[in-house]
Amino acid sequence: MSDDILLKMRGVKIDGKTGDDWLPIIKGIDLDLRRGEVLGLIGESGAGKSTMGLAAMGYVRGGCRISGGSIEFDDLDLAKASESKRRSLRGKRIAYVAQSAAASFNPAHRLIDQYSEAPVQHSVMKKDEAETDATDLYRRLQLPNPDEIGFRYPHQVSGGQLQRAMTAMAMSCRPDLIIFDEPTTALDVTTQIEVLAAIRSAVEQFGTAAIYITHDLAVVAQMADRIMVLKHGVLVEEADTRTMLSAPTQDYTKSLWAVRSFKASAKPAPAADAVPVVSLRNVDASYGPVPVLHGVSFDIHKGRTVAVVGESGSGKSTAARVITGLLPPTAGDVLFNGEALPPSFKRRSKDQLRQAQMIYQMADTALNPKQRISEIIGRPVEFYLGLKGRARDERVRELLNLIEMEPDVFGHRFPGELSGGQKQRIGIARALAADPEFIICDEVTSALDQLVAEGILRLLDRLQTELGLAYMFITHDLATVRAIADEVVVMQHGKVVEQGPKTEMFRPPHHPYTDLLLSSVPEMDPDWLTNLLEERERSGIKVESADA
Amino acid sequence: MHPIASMAIKRLGLGLLTLLVVSIIIFSAVEMLPGDLAQEILGQAATPETVAAFRKELGLDKPPVERYFDWLGGAVQGDFGKSLASKREISDLMSTRLGNTLFLACFAAAISVPVSIILGLLAALYRNTWFDRLINVLTLSSISFPEFFVAYILILMLSVGYPFDLSWVLAIIGIWFIMEGWGSFRAGRKIGRVFPVIPAIVLIVGAALLANLVTGYWHPQMQGVTSYPSISNIAPGAPFGERVERSFLPALTLTLVVTAYMMRMTRAAIINLLASPYVEMARLKGMSPWRVIVTHALPNALAPIINVVAISLAFLVTGVVVVEVVFVYPGVGQLMVDSVTKRDVTVVQACCLIFAATYILLNLLADILAIATNPRLLHPK
Repeated sequence: MSDDILLKMRGVKIDGKTGDDWLPIIKGIDLDLRRGEVLGLIGESGAGKSTMGLAAMGYVRGGCRISGGSIEFDDLDLAKASESKRRSLRGKRIAYVAQSAAASFNPAHRLIDQYSEAPVQHSVMKKDEAETDATDLYRRLQLPNPDEIGFRYPHQVSGGQLQRAMTAMAMSCRPDLIIFDEPTTALDVTTQIEVLAAIRSAVEQFGTAAIYITHDLAVVAQMADRIMVLKHGVLVEEADTRTMLSAPTQDYTKSLWAVRSFKASAKPAPAADAVPVVSLRNVDASYGPVPVLHGVSFDIHKGRTVAVVGESGSGKSTAARVITGLLPPTAGDVLFNGEALPPSFKRRSKDQLRQAQMIYQMADTALNPKQRISEIIGRPVEFYLGLKGRARDERVRELLNLIEMEPDVFGHRFPGELSGGQKQRIGIARALAADPEFIICDEVTSALDQLVAEGILRLLDRLQTELGLAYMFITHDLATVRAIADEVVVMQHGKVVEQGPKTEMFRPPHHPYTDLLLSSVPEMDPDWLTNLLEERERSGIKVESADA
Repeated sequence: MHPIASMAIKRLGLGLLTLLVVSIIIFSAVEMLPGDLAQEILGQAATPETVAAFRKELGLDKPPVERYFDWLGGAVQGDFGKSLASKREISDLMSTRLGNTLFLACFAAAISVPVSIILGLLAALYRNTWFDRLINVLTLSSISFPEFFVAYILILMLSVGYPFDLSWVLAIIGIWFIMEGWGSFRAGRKIGRVFPVIPAIVLIVGAALLANLVTGYWHPQMQGVTSYPSISNIAPGAPFGERVERSFLPALTLTLVVTAYMMRMTRAAIINLLASPYVEMARLKGMSPWRVIVTHALPNALAPIINVVAISLAFLVTGVVVVEVVFVYPGVGQLMVDSVTKRDVTVVQACCLIFAATYILLNLLADILAIATNPRLLHPK
């Protein structure tokens, strides 16, 4: 077995610099990887997965250092090797596939030039050989127009295709090991399938060993032979994929497995004559000359959650912008409690503005980093409700209590001093500060870890029951839909393709697109991807997505 | 039409509009200058009648609006009218002068642009090392002195045969070297982590320079290196080689003044991109630090660099006034200063307009280039 081992990490310790102190990120982890084996690394954000993956290349990010242990790659200790020695391995024998292909491809160069850079610079191939090879790999990874796509710039290629092109780039020198760092996290479910299939076939064809980093258990179940669970820089559990899925031994692993169990309480259907809080009537909208929405209609009733699902570019967020008045529709109406709202937010009264609030995907960027929490929440309280001085402070305290955050502890902090989940709670409190009837939640949980996301969903559900709020829940994650929605609206290419109560939506027969969406959600079964691909091939379903 | 072409045309239109506004401002500003040309030429003893007659002869009695449009109409056709003081055609006066000024600007740009961009790249590559700090200190000191001071120092050191013992200067540099070298050792800093010997070399050089003061072994003296003339009087039609030699000191002065801006902007623009995922990707592909900076960071940092280069070039054309006066260089700047003292209004206006046009044109060019280097705009979807 010892000959077989490609990568042997022993007692690896990595520190990160915070101010003047070095704090441990990885606290002594052992890792073995055989040739041709795929190892899954899972854990929440901050668990040290990416740091561990990069350490396998002998690389640490700025402000970090390897403070102990050994990283033996093919009998060379990368922790002690010279920088030039490590550099000669990177790209050539160990390659990396990053989370966001759109950000990790250099915008200034064509794809094929970036493909051939590593082979040419490492003197593996000449430029023209590398280009022929690139076309060949693009074809194997089933990229459209393989002869031509390499000559495009990254911005001219869609996200799913870029991710496959990046996998091809990692393969360019036929490395022994590839680190996949959350390669499908930023993609839609339908696109994710294509990328997963491409990665798996590439790894199998060349017998490449891989470390697959993700926080999505269902995804790692499809890809990995063996799984390691990390938490706060410590190894929690390690086992074969099937053993790990069927019989996790540690409590933490079990809790990760159980996350998807949350379900919001069922609510009675609205009375037939009830006036919906928000109602879209045949709304068309466009960005400049580009039409985005075509005749979109749906209703949202008091105390109920409508989930709007679809891939990126399907018009979900545009519909939200129309409701808030940020993008006046070119045709159709937005009704609020039966009354038409002025198309643009500029012409709406303060009370109309107050009624509809938003919670954003990235709480990081949606909160002013220079304002204290009490100011962030106090500002809408003062603006919409006209409360000042002590009354305002009282209201801020109430709101903080409502989102289960201690006012005395958090009121005077800055957003930078909070965790991701806490920031999102502040985002919720800020929306509640206006005392609205209706809240748009735009992908509010997609940037969060599953345990944290579940907490946010529970909070939203409790607030809905207590305050009778109506939610429009924009998401591409069908597990979230299952958890919280009462009704579902499925959108594709700016049109509503199907809508109805959740219970009906998850029961066949479906619209073909809904079917595609539902069947593309990875399941915990390790054979799921194989079976799905076989089934799709048999029935001849072409994967139709934004990529096509 | 290609989006870049339509954008260029739009910007050009805006540039012309700006120039029109600037021409109004120049004209009104000159109009508001105290004093009167006729009075100035005729002197204190002139009677009001002669002054009035002379004003009429010069056309100064017409209403300002009419004079503005006469002037503008002529300027558009390249005719700036006659100099009020010397009665010569301004366009004749200007053509050789403008040529000289542009020559000096191009000369200075040819040295300063490549030098500052390469220094900026090196400073980004060896950021926070003694090399980076040395370059920053040197360029910042040269920019901190007024131009005329830099000019006189250069004249003193490179032109006038003053026996200038440099031992003390070397000793001070030596002390600084020793401090830097010791600091690098203490911090374990190595230039680019490649050459661990560098701090040692720095220390040794510093010690040698300091020892030189005590032993008096080496006394480099500026023994009248008179090859560079301190007065750059260029006759029209002088051969190229002579022009280069005679304008070397003013060009060097300008280079010292503008290098810091461009170098620091290049450094900052590059360092700003070093945290981006595609730069990390390049590192993870095993590319060398120099290649990462030149082929991965630089192409994406071009827009701010082009902008600062354009502003520096504009400064080289329009900011030469002081330098031209110090070196008695026959350029537009000196012409302008002369004309202001002579109250030669029409020449001052023409100079201002040419300076403004240069500024607008160079900024326009920078905008277009900055957009053209962005592949998102050059190759739309």
